[in-house]
Amino acid sequence: MSAPSSDHGSGRLVVGLPFLWLGLFFLLPFLIVVRMAFSESAQARPPYRPVFDLADDWSTTLDKLSLLGSGNFSTIFADALYLEAFLASIRLAGTATAILVLIGFPMAHAMARAPERLRPVLVALIILPFWTSFLIRVYAWIGILKQEGLLNLLLLNLGLISEPLEILNTEIAVQIGLVYAYLPFMVLPVYAALERIDPTLIEAAADLGASRIKTFWLVTVPLALPGVWAGAFLVFIPALGEFVIPDLLGGSDTLMIGRALWVEFFNNRDWPLASAVAVLLLVLVLGPIMAYRALEARREDAAQRSLRP
Amino acid sequence: MRRTSPVDLIALTFGFAFLYLPILILVVWSFNASKLVTVWGGFSTQWYRSLFQNAALMDAAWVTIRIGLVTATLATVLGTMAAVALVRFRRFRGRGLFGALVYAPIVMPEVITGLSLLLLFVAVGLDRGFWTVTLAHVTFTMCYVAVVVQARLATFDRSLEEAAADLGATPLRTFFSVTLPLIAPAVAAGWLLAFTLSLDDLVIASFTSGPGATTLPMRIYGQVRLGVTPEINAISTIMIAVVAVVVVTASVATKRREP
Repeated sequence: MSAPSSDHGSGRLVVGLPFLWLGLFFLLPFLIVVRMAFSESAQARPPYRPVFDLADDWSTTLDKLSLLGSGNFSTIFADALYLEAFLASIRLAGTATAILVLIGFPMAHAMARAPERLRPVLVALIILPFWTSFLIRVYAWIGILKQEGLLNLLLLNLGLISEPLEILNTEIAVQIGLVYAYLPFMVLPVYAALERIDPTLIEAAADLGASRIKTFWLVTVPLALPGVWAGAFLVFIPALGEFVIPDLLGGSDTLMIGRALWVEFFNNRDWPLASAVAVLLLVLVLGPIMAYRALEARREDAAQRSLRP
Repeated sequence: MRRTSPVDLIALTFGFAFLYLPILILVVWSFNASKLVTVWGGFSTQWYRSLFQNAALMDAAWVTIRIGLVTATLATVLGTMAAVALVRFRRFRGRGLFGALVYAPIVMPEVITGLSLLLLFVAVGLDRGFWTVTLAHVTFTMCYVAVVVQARLATFDRSLEEAAADLGATPLRTFFSVTLPLIAPAVAAGWLLAFTLSLDDLVIASFTSGPGATTLPMRIYGQVRLGVTPEINAISTIMIAVVAVVVVTASVATKRREP
C-alpha cells in the first residue's frame, strides 16, 4: 500500500508538510534555546547579548567556549535554590505519578469490568473534565484548600480539627493539584489496556485453579502494564515542568522548575538564564520522552500486525 | 454478567466525586450572592451581569475564540496529514524522527515549548501577537489531532481503499471519497480537541503573545493572581457549560452515525 502512493506527489506532501512544520516550529526552536542559554543577559531589547556570533572565526569561538564555565549554567549549579527546585519537581511529579497509579488503576479496573453498555458513558465522564479548562480546574482548588475554604470548614464542623489547617501555599496543595489535574491521563491508557484483555484468559486461570488474587497479579496486572507505563509517562513528563499548579496552589515558597523558569523570564527578564533552565529541564525529560515514544511505537506496530490476517 | 463488586463501586464513586466535586462547587459559587466561598448569600446572577460589562474579559474572550478557530482548522489539516503519514506510509526516510516529533509535543513541558517558540519568533523578527500565538497553538495541537485520527486510521478496514485504488482512483481521490468519510468522526473530534486546547492554553500563549493579543486564560490568570473573583467563577461556568453541551452533542451525533 505504501509503495504506490508514496511515489505520488500527494504522498510526498502528506509526509513533507507536517514534517516541515514540526521541524521548523518544534525542533529548530530548541537550537535557538541552546544558543540563548550560552548568551549574556543585557539591558536591551531583546534583553540578551549572544556569546556566539556567525561572524566569529574558529579561534574566537574556541576562546569563548573556554569561558562558558562562568556562564548561566554555573550560576544555576552554584545556586542551591535551582538544585532544590529540580529535586522538588522530580519528587512532586514522581509522588503524583505513584499516587495516580494507586487511584487510577482501581478506577480503570472497575470501568473495564462495568457492564458493556455503561462503559462508553464512564469513559466520557473521565474525558469530560479534560475538555474543561485546566486553569479553571486548578483555580477551583484555591477556594477549597485556603484557610477559610471549604475543606477547613468541613473538617472544623466535623470536629476533626480545632484550628484551620494551612494547606494552600504548601507542597501538599501542589501534590493534590497534580493528582487531580492528571487523573484522566492515567485512567484512560490503563483502561484501554485492561479492556483489551481477553476474558477467556481470566477464565482459563480460574479453571486451572488460580485464586482471584493470584489471577489478578499473574494475568491482569502484567497485561495492563504497558497501559500503566503509558499513563506514567503522560503524567510524569509534563508534571515535571508544570507551572500553573505550583504557581496557583504552591505559593512563593514551593519552587518547581517550571515556575523558576517562568520567574526568570517574566519577572527578572533574564532570557539567557531562563533558557539555561529550559535546557537542563529538556535534558531531564529527554530520556523519559524517548522511552515513551518507544512504548507508543511498539503499540502501533502491534495494532498494525493484529489487523493483518 | 457478574454483579459489580463493592471494591469497584467504591473506586468509581470516589474517583468521580474527586473529579467532579471541585467543578460542581465552582458552578454553585458562580450563583452565590456573597463574595466569600464559605458563606451562601443567596442565589444571584450578578456576577454574570458584571462579567458581560467587563470589556477587558470580553475582548480577551473574542481574541481567544478567533485564535481557537484558526488554530483548530490548521491543526486538523496538518494533524490528519501527519496521521496518514504515520499509519499509511510505513517506510520513509526520517520516519523515526517524524514519529518522535509527533509525540514529543504532547508530553513536552509547556514552559519549554513556549520559551523556545518565543525565541524563534524573536530570532526571525516576527512581531508578537495574534499570529504568533496561533502558530504556536497549531504546533502543539496538531499532534493531538494526529494521535486521535491515527487511532481511527489504524483500526479500519483497508480493503475499501484498496478497492478504490484497484478501480483506478488516484490516492488523492481515494482519500477524499473513501478514507475521509470513514475517519470523519475522528477528524471532527480532533478539531474540537484542538479548539478546546487552544482556548485553554495559558503558558504557551503567555510566552508567544504580544500587545493586543491577550487571551482569556491570560486575563483569568491575572485576575486569579490578584485574588479569587466571583466573575471568574461565572466565566468558568459558561465555559464548562459550552464544553459539556458541545461534547455531549458531538458524542450523540457520532453514535447515530455508526450504529
